Amino acid sequence: MNAITESVETRVKRRQLQQTPLWKRILKRPEVGALGGVILVFAFFYVMAPPFRQLSALSTVLYQASILGIPAVAVALLMIGGEFDLSAGVAVVSSSLAASMFATEVTGNLWTGILLALVLSLAIGALNGYLLVRTKLHSFLVTLSTFLMLQGLNIAITKLVTGNVATEDISGMVGFDLGQRIFASNFHLFGTTVSIAIVYWLIFAVIATWVLLRTRMGNWIFAVGGQGDSARAVGIPVKRVKIGLFMVVGFSCWFTGMHMLFAYDTVQSGAGIGNELLYIASAVVGGCLLTGGYGSAAGSALGAFIFGMTTEGVIYADWDPDWFMFFVGAMLLLATVFNGWLRIRALSRSK
Amino acid sequence: MTSTNTPIIQLSNVGKSYGNISALRDVSLTVRQGEVTCILGDNGAGKSTLISIIAGLISHDQGTYAVDGAPMHFTSPRQALDLGISAVYQTLALVPLLSVWRNFYLGSEIRKGSGIFKRLDVKTMQQTAEREVERMGINIPDLEQPVGTLSGGQRQVVAIARAVHFGARVLILDEPTAALGVTQSGLVLRYIATAAREQGIGVIFITHNPHHAYMVGDHFMVLSRGEVELDTPRADLSLEDLMFHMAGGAGLNALQHELHRGEPTTAGQAA
Repeated sequence: MNAITESVETRVKRRQLQQTPLWKRILKRPEVGALGGVILVFAFFYVMAPPFRQLSALSTVLYQASILGIPAVAVALLMIGGEFDLSAGVAVVSSSLAASMFATEVTGNLWTGILLALVLSLAIGALNGYLLVRTKLHSFLVTLSTFLMLQGLNIAITKLVTGNVATEDISGMVGFDLGQRIFASNFHLFGTTVSIAIVYWLIFAVIATWVLLRTRMGNWIFAVGGQGDSARAVGIPVKRVKIGLFMVVGFSCWFTGMHMLFAYDTVQSGAGIGNELLYIASAVVGGCLLTGGYGSAAGSALGAFIFGMTTEGVIYADWDPDWFMFFVGAMLLLATVFNGWLRIRALSRSK
Repeated sequence: MTSTNTPIIQLSNVGKSYGNISALRDVSLTVRQGEVTCILGDNGAGKSTLISIIAGLISHDQGTYAVDGAPMHFTSPRQALDLGISAVYQTLALVPLLSVWRNFYLGSEIRKGSGIFKRLDVKTMQQTAEREVERMGINIPDLEQPVGTLSGGQRQVVAIARAVHFGARVLILDEPTAALGVTQSGLVLRYIATAAREQGIGVIFITHNPHHAYMVGDHFMVLSRGEVELDTPRADLSLEDLMFHMAGGAGLNALQHELHRGEPTTAGQAA
């Protein structure tokens, strides 16, 4: 027995020696395309927009990236699990609206509002997942429906409750300071102001990456998205994994929603539309396949960083902000083509 | 030689209907330790339904299905798996984009740590997977490479090795040689024989190919339109018989008769 383990170990060691070099292994990672994109876009705006070179600009860029990036991390997990969520953009706003209105109009307590918003966000995710496994429709259709319904509900209920299209200011409520400290505070680092949202974003990206690559759940997410039938055949609870992933997206929407609420005090009920596509774009630029089973949470962070740089870079370069969407589109196209090429290379026998 | 062994699986008059359509009727089947049972049949003969029932993917609605003598009604493949009944499908239940070792342990991951830090024991899994795969006699240069990059035969062997490693007593192989060339089929057939004879595994071998079946089978069953057309041990059957039944059996005779009858009739009219 001992001899067997020993011989296996020496064999493993021998194999590691003749293994593919590190740089080649890195080139096979799904996020490598996004890493290249980050370098290119950074260099581009570094040259084109002098104000972009300051440290404070980097902080602003990272902040923009974190607002996209927190939901994008969850959306990346969902996409690796083989599904879409088009409702995430407005679900963020639904969550801040719910927290704000529960707090100001219903309970009078800020924390119950926050808690109820969390329950609502998780419920929206669970509903998306439940509808998906129940109707067996494509998640594109299911979440397009919830997207449209939420968009309508956001405005309609806000008007009904407040008589206005925006919610009341919550900054005077008891507990606001603590809430703001948790969700939307700033701190100083290297002489520049940094939003706490950036820290959360990076923490979420690290946790998601660890879960994907080092836990059973991560294995299951890849399997469920890569080949659902196979996953079911080896006993993975495919439906539960999918519903769970939608609820993770729900959680990320709640978290982003709380940040927005405490950063701006009031919520515009019509906001959030279109952001869902930026989350998906971040995940795709970061290496996620639309068909599932492949991708990276860290990649989605890089994707969000690219879009953060583009939003701010366009402003620093003094261009019309309308160029932003053009850049998003161009980047998405480039990244998808490049990632597709990389994946084919990774799947080809490269020995 | 091995037929004295105790039956692991025993199906008696098992059937399955979907509404008015019955996909399977009156199938009785015994799988013993170390025995290879071949199930042959045309497309739509009920082979898939039968193995889905045995593997726990669907549950039967007539007859009894007993494992080790106890009647069962599986609602999930997991239950069958826990009793050592393991199916290797044509799709192999592998995820092409996932690495070899992750596929090997998919659904049965080894973990270490506790609480929220419970994580995959990557090293143990990689080493065990490597050992098991190497024992099958195939050489995979890098276990990190996606399963989708392996050859058909290699994938098949990885899937079988996985089932055996996880304590399969009954191995259901769904057309393992269908998509393979001659050499690769040989590899898989040799392994089927080894698994049964040396490791005492009961094998249910589903195939289209009577030559492949006859090479390794101890018992043969031919299904036709959801019913058993032939059910016989190897001793009472020649390859020619098997090929005859596989080619359509009595139905083929009738067809041949019909096609031949056409000629004299036209000849008669001409005369």
